[in-house]
Amino acid sequence: MKSSVSTIQRPRGQGLVWFVPLAVALALVPIFFNNYYAQQATFVCMYAALALSWNVIGGFTGYPSFSTAAFVGLGAYAGAILQNAGMPMVLAWVAATAVTALFAAVLGYAILRMKGHYFAIGSIAIVESMRLLASSWSSLTGGGEGLNLPIYPGGPDHAGRVFFYAMFVVMIVAAVMSIWLDRSRLGFGLRCVQQNEDAADMVGVNVNASKISAFVLSALFCGTTGAISASWVSYISPPDAFSILMTLKVPVMALLGGAGTVLGPVLGALVFVLVEQTLMSRFLDYSQAMLGLIIVFLIFFLPGGLLGAGVFARISARIARLRGVQA
Amino acid sequence: MFLDPQILANGLMLGALYACIAVGFSLVWGVLNVINMMHGSLIILSGYLTFFAWLHLKVNPFLMLLVVSPVLFAFGYALQYGLINRVVSRPVLTTLTLTFGLDMILYNLMNVVFEATPRRIILDLGSLSVGDVVLPNDRLFAMFLALGLTLLLFWVMRSSRAGRAIVAVRMDRDAAALMGIPIRQVYAMTFAIGALMAGACGVLLAITFPVTTNISGLLLGKAFVVCVIGGLGSVPGALVGGLALGLIESYTGTWWGPQTAVLLGFVLMIVLLMTRPTGLLGKAGYE
Repeated sequence: MKSSVSTIQRPRGQGLVWFVPLAVALALVPIFFNNYYAQQATFVCMYAALALSWNVIGGFTGYPSFSTAAFVGLGAYAGAILQNAGMPMVLAWVAATAVTALFAAVLGYAILRMKGHYFAIGSIAIVESMRLLASSWSSLTGGGEGLNLPIYPGGPDHAGRVFFYAMFVVMIVAAVMSIWLDRSRLGFGLRCVQQNEDAADMVGVNVNASKISAFVLSALFCGTTGAISASWVSYISPPDAFSILMTLKVPVMALLGGAGTVLGPVLGALVFVLVEQTLMSRFLDYSQAMLGLIIVFLIFFLPGGLLGAGVFARISARIARLRGVQA
Repeated sequence: MFLDPQILANGLMLGALYACIAVGFSLVWGVLNVINMMHGSLIILSGYLTFFAWLHLKVNPFLMLLVVSPVLFAFGYALQYGLINRVVSRPVLTTLTLTFGLDMILYNLMNVVFEATPRRIILDLGSLSVGDVVLPNDRLFAMFLALGLTLLLFWVMRSSRAGRAIVAVRMDRDAAALMGIPIRQVYAMTFAIGALMAGACGVLLAITFPVTTNISGLLLGKAFVVCVIGGLGSVPGALVGGLALGLIESYTGTWWGPQTAVLLGFVLMIVLLMTRPTGLLGKAGYE
């Protein structure tokens, strides 16, 4: 097994060619531009982290998960409750991450035995159940009225920058995790599961442990992101935290960038936020219909995502040929 | 308390509607292997059509059954034939995301055109009293129509040429194609029947409950739960699952409140998915 991993070589590192300049450019946004642009850059980082996370289960492993919002919402509530109980903000974020990871491990053990359509439906039902739970468990979550969090001191400009860099760090960590996963034994196992789960099991991949690890990795940064955005917005409510729109948007971003590619989801998140800001903000009443149209366009005209089709695919195929590596 | 006949009657009236909601969804899932995320919104669409026809044109809502159902049938046929057929053999993620996206478009347009204000048809048909049990006539009619339509679908699947073709495709797509069954048309027909059933449910829903776009996700959730309880792709399964869910919700709703009832439905579904993914009635075909 060990030797088979090391004998398969795929072209490495083309993703970094554009990812590093993009990350540097993003990091400079709040320095050179006003708070509005800092806010948009924060959204890019947030969705990039979420899409990278989804990619672990949906792209690498090939499980159609729609439970992103469950993890984001759980992280948001865990962070908010802990912060309101007096825990320092950053510590609350870390604790929320741990809570979400633990939840994902338990949940993964339960629902990852389902496949295909059943898994998809199960994962949507988790989001719905969590939202119902959050709105009926009033003593802990404030019910339908939601929870208020302390507003970050130092004025909106300062706070905007603090939260931007927090999200930026999460995105970088999620990207490093993806790069590591791609080269690791676990990532190899996940790609085997994606292609043929039974065959992967036969050749000695520990399928269940791999899938649960992937699920936990896909939830980890959702929890952090949720907790950070709860502190950022300083108010959470069940329909915002466990948003069905979010649970659809994130996979769409990953698909837009190229599901299963290492850094494609970052590109997907960037393009999506740009489209959202330029198109959807002008037609606020039609934002959901726009999302729908993007999906239809994506599925019919760009089935492999930005990195999977057209220019990018041809370029990476050429690089692969130049290096004398089989695709 | 278990035997309170009023709760039982409410549960059965609700359950018949749930069965009708789920049966079209289950058919599409079973035959096409597509999860139709639009199902809830299709129901709401026909509910609104019924409401506005009643409000402005004074059309009897029951008559709208004969108008709305063919309209949704045509809509479903066109949608499947023109769009979904092109990706029908791709992985779950693709087909589910596509119908999810189409649902977003439909949902958004309905919100703009009809607004989300709950609309309610008031027919005032009186009610039937049996002992202590009060049965509102509109709900009673809706229940019998829902059951009737479900049984009608069962008969169509069993006895009509199109129904047999659908069952054949469900059993073995490739063998059916070799026998000369036009797969694309059968797929479109199946999706259209699913939409027709959603349309019929929308009419019945508009007669008994307020219609608002906000509940389209809730209705879709019911279809999920009923399909998982009863088993996929079978009319008897949807009937058993629907009645079971109606009774469960009626009892838990009375005891612990409506939110707990919905939550319990989902929890039950997840537990069943883990332990018995073929549903209570097993993997019966459409026969």
